[in-house]
Amino acid sequence: MDLDPNDDQRALQEMISRFAADRFPSDVTRTFGDVGGFDRSAWRELAELGTFGIALPESAGGVGLGTIESVLVHESLGAGLVPGPLLAATLSAGLVPGVLEGDVIPAIVTRPIHQVALVEHFQNSDVLLVIDDMGIERVEIAAIDGQIVEHPTDPTTPVTVIRELPRGEQIGDAHLALAWRRLGSVLASAQLVGNSEASTSLAVGYAKEREQFGRAIGSFQAIKHMLAESFTRTEVARSSVWAAGVTIDEPEVADVDRAIAGARLMAARAATENAKTGVQVHGGMGFTWEVDAHLYLKRAWILETLFGNLDEDADLIALHVAASR
Amino acid sequence: MHLRDSDADAAFRADLHTWLDAIVPTLPPEPDPRDWPARRIRDAQWQRLLFDAGYAGINWPAAYGGRGATPTEHLIFLEEAAAAHAPDVGVFFVAQMHAGLTLIAEGTPEQQAHHLPGILNGDHVWCQGFSEPEAGSDLASLRTRAMRDGDDYVITGQKIWTSHAIVADYCEMLVRTDPDSPKHKGITWLIVPMDSPGIEVRPLVTAQGSAEFAELFLDEVRVPVSNRVGDENDGWRVANVTLGFERGTGFVSEMLDTTNVMNELVGIAQRTPRGNGTAWDDIGIRRDIGYVAAELDALWAFTKRNVSQGAKSGIAMGNGSAFKVAYGSVVHRLGDIALRVLDRSSLSFDDVNGEPTAAQLHGKLKGFAVSLGGGTSQIQQNIIAERVLGLPRER
Ligand SMILES: Cc1cc2nc3c(=O)[nH]c(=O)nc-3n(C[C@H](O)[C@H](O)[C@H](O)COP(=O)(O)OP(=O)(O)OC[C@H]3O[C@@H](n4cnc5c(N)ncnc54)[C@H](O)[C@@H]3O)c2cc1C
Repeated sequence: MDLDPNDDQRALQEMISRFAADRFPSDVTRTFGDVGGFDRSAWRELAELGTFGIALPESAGGVGLGTIESVLVHESLGAGLVPGPLLAATLSAGLVPGVLEGDVIPAIVTRPIHQVALVEHFQNSDVLLVIDDMGIERVEIAAIDGQIVEHPTDPTTPVTVIRELPRGEQIGDAHLALAWRRLGSVLASAQLVGNSEASTSLAVGYAKEREQFGRAIGSFQAIKHMLAESFTRTEVARSSVWAAGVTIDEPEVADVDRAIAGARLMAARAATENAKTGVQVHGGMGFTWEVDAHLYLKRAWILETLFGNLDEDADLIALHVAASR
Repeated sequence: MHLRDSDADAAFRADLHTWLDAIVPTLPPEPDPRDWPARRIRDAQWQRLLFDAGYAGINWPAAYGGRGATPTEHLIFLEEAAAAHAPDVGVFFVAQMHAGLTLIAEGTPEQQAHHLPGILNGDHVWCQGFSEPEAGSDLASLRTRAMRDGDDYVITGQKIWTSHAIVADYCEMLVRTDPDSPKHKGITWLIVPMDSPGIEVRPLVTAQGSAEFAELFLDEVRVPVSNRVGDENDGWRVANVTLGFERGTGFVSEMLDTTNVMNELVGIAQRTPRGNGTAWDDIGIRRDIGYVAAELDALWAFTKRNVSQGAKSGIAMGNGSAFKVAYGSVVHRLGDIALRVLDRSSLSFDDVNGEPTAAQLHGKLKGFAVSLGGGTSQIQQNIIAERVLGLPRER
């Protein structure tokens, strides 16, 4: 048993974090949600680092590592609030030509859609991938009549409303669709963990500098305890997300779906609660558009709705507890 | 990173599993939880069985009579023991989890030779005399005084919340040897035999209804200077060695036990009539159990992570404070769900209608033992904020 990253794995995380800070600083990515705001060349550079092919075999142009390395990479991407269809690209890099290299930009939606589907990144994408219980289909963008949302909740994430989803070419079977859902959920959770840690560091930094009553606000115990709780939520969540990532590759150690659902619950709670704390610690500044605190919160809201919702996850775990106790 | 057992770990697990399967069904029924002398006998029997099978002092170095198991094997041991519903360490908590390990780290060869065998084979129960009426969270302000008199220390003062004192043979005690130095500088760590003249043990009944802890009144109690562990006035450092072990893997087996309590609650819910069905048909209860189960699974993963990190850095459970805060809060939440399931059965602190309801109420109250004992959740949060996040101290 070893649930602690080795030096290579940490170096991989650091490389992604540095690149994110360099190429996707938040003052730049804030307009990524606007029409024409997406920077395709930065996306291509991200792809060149191997980001979308971490767990693909080298023979397929990937890096040849495991699911856990993908998890670690997505943790760093989440911490850096890196925009773009990170999950769609990672899931489809082995299947859709051009995605691995960053030349083709994919979007993903799950079927059935209930009246409308809100699809993130559709406006910048070259291909739409549809996941349902039967498999995965590729639908050409031209075949879809989408309506761009003028004010997406997260300014870094463009959203399009789609009312009708034509059938496309089947490119994956039901097995692969299930694998995508599982991996997509874990990677979303990994991003949530990174998000929860980054919103906390932003708040901790502010708490050390901002003074009131003649001293740093971080010396007030009310602030300390809120931030200590944030730290604790992140570490608990990180543990379950890493365990879920390992479990995907070693399914004999635990129930894969329970591990994934639990990771999602912990990671979503960490990200949304920590981001709330982050806003509160910033005072009035935290409620402004200018400070990044709200960006973490809004990104967390998006990530927690991907590939299943939290209540369904909790119900799944409860049924598993009852069946296995 | 991996969670799969290595071949050696799998073999260790298989042997242990076979042994537990054979031995646990032969154990006598559990004594009344309020009957501490009977609990001591039961816990000592279990400790002796562990000793004879080579599992005593599982994580102690082999040179000191332990098994010298790897950290991973230690976790496998805790996991399998909980899964088999084997007894936990019970009244041997202090001796097994921190006193013995403190002696190994800081004691003299004579102290080790004299005390370690009796801890390992279940002959000797230890208790922890750290807290005082005026020194709880602010432990370093303790006042129990020890004056040097030739080859003896003469101790006078009062301790409180001393768990298992009524059945203990020895006490790991912090005393003040230099009242004039700053508070952290004048403390000494002593081994005090509980049958020394001048010690009076007055049992205190916990909210769970048993005399689990006690007050100790010390009136000119003499212990030889050779019972000192570490140097005179260096006891704060030694105490932190002790607390490091206590906050380390100390709570892990309790956390696994809480998972058993949760599983049992699900069973009770499935058998408890409610509306047209059972309490388990209530989606609100199921969903809340789902969250608690996720958190307990996460804490188990957190333990593995901390142990993996510790194996590399040498610091066991570097995230002990975060673990303890999170564990304390999940026990409380599980207890809240238990009360919803039990409903009117919570009026009885004895089992109702053949259902193991009492254990649920005990579990609910145990939440306080976790969030208060061994440094309260608030103190753990201060530690996280100041030592981990680097926020400025209050004063
Ligand atoms: C079941 C149980 C078993 C125990 N067993 C033992 C034992 O065997 N041996 C032993 O020596 N001790 C034992 N203890 C004692 C335990 O360590 C103390 O109860 C604990 O450290 C708190 O001290 P206190 O009770 O004096 O509370 P106080 O320190 O008076 O605290 C009261 C409240 O104030 C809060 N508080 C205090 N200081 C601060 C601060 N700086 N910042 C924020 N909040 C603060 C606390 O969190 C708490 O909520 C046991 C306690 C329990 C509950």
